[in-house]
Amino acid sequence: MKNAVSDALVITRRQLLLLVRVPEVLIFTTIQPVMFVLLFRYVFGGSIVSGQPGGYVQFLMPGIFVQTVAFTLAGTAVGVAEDMTKGLIDRYRSLPIARSALVVGKTLGDSALNIVVLLVMGFTGYLVGWRPNSGSLKIFLALLFLLAFGYSLAWVGIYIGLSAKESRVVQNMSFLVTFPLTFLSSAFAPTTGMPRPLQYFAEWNPVSTVVAACRQLFGLDNLFGVTAGSFPSRYPLTMSLIYMVLIMVIFIPLSVRKYNNAAKR
Amino acid sequence: MKSVTAEHLIKTYRKGNVRALDDLSLDVEEGTVLTVLGPNGAGKTTVVRILATLLAAESGSASVCGIDVMKHPEKVREIIGLSGQYAAVDETLTGWDNLVMFGRLYHLDRNAAIKRADELLERFSLTDSARRPIKTYSGGMRRRLDLAASLIVQPKVLFLDEPTTGLDPRGRQEMWGVIEELVTGGVTLLLTTQYLDEADQLADDIVVVDHGKVIAHGTSDALKREVGGERLEVVVVEEHVSATLEIVARVSGERPSYDQGLHRISTPVTTGAAALIEVLRSLDSEGIHPLDVALKRPSLDDVFMALTGHVAQDEVPAENLKKQKGGRS
Repeated sequence: MKNAVSDALVITRRQLLLLVRVPEVLIFTTIQPVMFVLLFRYVFGGSIVSGQPGGYVQFLMPGIFVQTVAFTLAGTAVGVAEDMTKGLIDRYRSLPIARSALVVGKTLGDSALNIVVLLVMGFTGYLVGWRPNSGSLKIFLALLFLLAFGYSLAWVGIYIGLSAKESRVVQNMSFLVTFPLTFLSSAFAPTTGMPRPLQYFAEWNPVSTVVAACRQLFGLDNLFGVTAGSFPSRYPLTMSLIYMVLIMVIFIPLSVRKYNNAAKR
Repeated sequence: MKSVTAEHLIKTYRKGNVRALDDLSLDVEEGTVLTVLGPNGAGKTTVVRILATLLAAESGSASVCGIDVMKHPEKVREIIGLSGQYAAVDETLTGWDNLVMFGRLYHLDRNAAIKRADELLERFSLTDSARRPIKTYSGGMRRRLDLAASLIVQPKVLFLDEPTTGLDPRGRQEMWGVIEELVTGGVTLLLTTQYLDEADQLADDIVVVDHGKVIAHGTSDALKREVGGERLEVVVVEEHVSATLEIVARVSGERPSYDQGLHRISTPVTTGAAALIEVLRSLDSEGIHPLDVALKRPSLDDVFMALTGHVAQDEVPAENLKKQKGGRS
């Protein structure tokens, strides 16, 4: 067990070392969400009535935070798929290390990346007028919450990466998961404008519940997702925690099994 | 003592219902080199993957240093080294980064891992490139680094799956040098290859594998003996081919084979130099001047051809062989 932890940390270290050796990864992972912040803030933001003091950007930032941690799933998936095609997974599996080490180490490494990205985004948000007013403890909790969500999604990324037949399609496969999840949600716009069935989907969508939970933690009323009066929109924190546990309960065993049976392609 | 044994291994890949291993058995004596020789798709990699605990066989048994690979894979992983067909290292990291990381994964402490990485880089002549990302390495350097990574903790048994596939001649020579050094150091080695000269160069013992079965087993010399004596080869211009074929057939008493691409006629001969002289005399009296003529000891190519009816590098049915440009005959 002690070895399982230290083995995983060696892999995490490798992930971090990659960020040092190839700083472009960090730069581009950060630039994209910063672009989204500016895009939504200045292009769409003017047309969306938030009814919130401080304006749309207060609503937007939690949405973009969640979108960003969700999008890093693709990076996790691509990384795993490349390890697979290059035979690295075979090598790890022939080493006297815990079978969980690689996948746990990778998910932790990608969470570390998320920390950096979230900090940069928070700073960008501040520059464009985002002012959370709930106090530093709750803001800190919100960041932890976002990291936890990102961590649970990283397991989906691992599963996609290990399942893909071709590392080149992994990016697109991941996008197929993250794109509808992040946009069919209350992350950027109120669900009120959506057709009724979509409203239900959007309100049960884990992205919406995590966004709503973050909005609460940042001291906002969640006006964007209560139209259907559904359980998730009323108890977003609880529901988000349930989702995270659910995602991990499903995808951790699936990923570990995939890893154990992995055959180099 | 046997360091590696595999008995009656059977493995079918569900996809395409391919029987990769069909009752395959082999063993490796401690401190020796066994080469598993065969064409692509013969099942070489599958054997290695089973022995290295990466894949479970459907039936049969296998052990490394007396430890059952299916029952105690975690113990086997502690005593083996594996280096595969692809350089399984992180290309964006430096050679040094990779070796230190693998050292840590073998549970060396940080200082020991660094020390070992430096030693291995030195030994494989990679010290100068230690701090460069692996993607800047040549193919041969990558393979050497990959091999170094499998030697971090001196393994009792080393599996090398096609260590020189895809390398240029210089890279192969370097790799052979490194492998020979390891063998001198006393490691037990199981090596797969589709290159016959590689088996010839490195192996104590050779098993020839085709379609998941062992079709021959022995030393390089024994296998060559099995194929018979020397071969006579004559190359002539196209218009003289049929006359030359007749002469060669008469002298050798065999049906010679003919390689269209190379205009090369070749046949086994039992009388060696005498046959050569006789063929040359006959050619001369017919006014035929050969472009090239040679008397060759059998190569493992010939062994493979004789055993399987097809050449080692491609999976081409024998009847199509002559259509292949440059195909061996």
